[in-house]
Amino acid sequence: MRFIRQVMVITAKDLRAEMRTKEAINASFAFAIVVLLILSFAFEPTEDTTREISGGLLWIVFLFAGTLILNRSFARELPNDCLDALIAAPVPGAALFLGKGLANFVLIFAVEIVALPVFGIFYNVRWARQFWALILVMVLGTWGLTAIGTVFGALTVNIRLREVMLPLLVYPIMIPILLGAMKLSTELVAGQPISGDLMVWLKLLFGFDIIFTALSLVLMDTVLLG
Amino acid sequence: MSAAAVDCAGVWKFYGDYPALRDISLTVPPGRCLALIGRNGAGKTTLLRMLAGYSKPGRGQVTIFGKSPRETDTRQRIGFIGHGIAVYDELSAIENLRLFARLYGLPDPERSASEWLERTGLERVRDGLVREFSRGMRQRLAVARAFLHGPSLLLLDEPFTALDDRAIAVLQTVLRDALAAGRTVVMSTHQLREAMDLATNVALLNHGRLAFQGERTEEMVKDPGWVYAQYGES
Amino acid sequence: MRQKVMFVMLALAMILLVRNLYTISMLPDEVNQGQIFRIIFFHLPAAIAAMLGSAVALVASVMFLWKRNFKYDALAVAVTEVGLAFLAVNLVTGSIWAHVIWGVWWAWDPRLTSALICWILYAGYLILRQSLEEPTQRATFAAVYSIFAFTDVPIVYFSIRWWRTIHPQPVFFSKNGSFPPDWSRALLINMVAIFLLYALLTMVRLRQEQTQREIDYLRRTVHAI
Repeated sequence: MRFIRQVMVITAKDLRAEMRTKEAINASFAFAIVVLLILSFAFEPTEDTTREISGGLLWIVFLFAGTLILNRSFARELPNDCLDALIAAPVPGAALFLGKGLANFVLIFAVEIVALPVFGIFYNVRWARQFWALILVMVLGTWGLTAIGTVFGALTVNIRLREVMLPLLVYPIMIPILLGAMKLSTELVAGQPISGDLMVWLKLLFGFDIIFTALSLVLMDTVLLG
Repeated sequence: MSAAAVDCAGVWKFYGDYPALRDISLTVPPGRCLALIGRNGAGKTTLLRMLAGYSKPGRGQVTIFGKSPRETDTRQRIGFIGHGIAVYDELSAIENLRLFARLYGLPDPERSASEWLERTGLERVRDGLVREFSRGMRQRLAVARAFLHGPSLLLLDEPFTALDDRAIAVLQTVLRDALAAGRTVVMSTHQLREAMDLATNVALLNHGRLAFQGERTEEMVKDPGWVYAQYGES
Repeated sequence: MRQKVMFVMLALAMILLVRNLYTISMLPDEVNQGQIFRIIFFHLPAAIAAMLGSAVALVASVMFLWKRNFKYDALAVAVTEVGLAFLAVNLVTGSIWAHVIWGVWWAWDPRLTSALICWILYAGYLILRQSLEEPTQRATFAAVYSIFAFTDVPIVYFSIRWWRTIHPQPVFFSKNGSFPPDWSRALLINMVAIFLLYALLTMVRLRQEQTQREIDYLRRTVHAI
């Protein structure tokens, strides 16, 4: 189907361009490590404290590192007016959203996968006891951040102080998904499976992702054309 | 009866409450080449971008081949060159063209891309990254990108500005070929001489109003500034 | 005509409030809280008014994107600005109450936390508007933001509530406990009064927005000459 092909073309383009320069992903990796380091000074990493805050800590790191990548996403279309060419092409806004969203997701997820073992080392935590469940939570949580971040990346691309405006606008909207992801991650890192009370958070992640992906698909054209 | 390539009917464009374009009624039959002239700030870029579908009129209607410029079919038939070259610095020439060929759904993206690299004299640098290109090369690649998908309507915003000689030659050739093949061209320009060479029609914009539109005459070719003198404000 | 309506609303709201103040002060002190319980008569209506305001902003934003009529944009910004003020009242009264009752200036209970997040979302809306000069773009982007933000409000509310119920907490008094009947009446009257005030302030802001647009138009016309 042409739509899917267009999405793949855009995703491939973003990833190829990023791999050539590696600007955003290197900065994001480095930032994740630095934040992990600094947070370790914020408290005494005893086993109990670490266990309580592990989910929160991880998602703070993921959020900050991810923001760097989300900021870059539409900013990379500005030089040479490439965004004009994308808008003029017979590509539906939804395809552009999915194409860029998937590319962002891949990049952010890559940073997260690297940050996890570093977290384990710095804080002396065995985090892989519920590995696949944790990966599921990371996928759902990261997609929620990515969906909102991609739409608002397009919205803020021409605003002055874009690097400040993007986090300022999206972080409050992301609170529910961060909350759910943090709660689930804390339990999963501690080795607890998802059950009973925790299911409600998983449902929240699914629901959030569905609602905001749908909204983004519908509103992307409006954001691009202004 | 075939639809006009471009038809503006009573078009106004507002920024907030301020009209940048006032009551523009303009028709370009298919196969013509319209030179859109006017001082800076007259509204040429605004009008061209509206024809390309980047913005909507506040009042009135713009139709391209009888349909809205934003419809997928119409977008397929429009080629636009704005102020930027709209190709990616981090990709190579062939990668850029391949990308756009695929986005436009061309049946053989590789062949179309290679063909246009040749036509713009860039086949020797096909694998070179755009960021390493000279200015003229970048502009030729921009031309390749805009013409790649065989658009029926070409919208060019000051295409001759700051081109080197080779790029000018390439653009003129490509435009002549397109016109010979029955395509339509609308270009805004300061370079009156190059424009009058190719143009079949001329329109003058003045403070957002269409001060003149009509066919190119001998007078205009002989003295490119004639239209300004007759219809423009000083 | 509009001015008269506004004056009538103002008069009505003032009468209700003043009379209600008397009623409220006559109520017997609440068993657990003493004097301070009276703050709920302002705290709760302000919150409800502000939340309703966000629903109005959401609808206005959708209408703007659909019809592209700027009066919807004016409504959205008016309602949000007034909502910002009312939510601030809500947060401050909540904070005062918390300090009197528990000795802390802030408590992470579901309602206060949701109100705080809602306030931040409103503020984001206004900051976004401030960074966009061109009126059509400003209205469009603000509308998109408010659709995202205010769709989020109920989700935020529920997620914070789950967060707070799943985690055992020192039990705060339930603000919706059982209201004695003489409270309900006073509360209702205050709600009407405060809703009237909200609507009134929105209308004032709407008028100001219209004037501002006229000024902008004149300014641009002058610059073009």
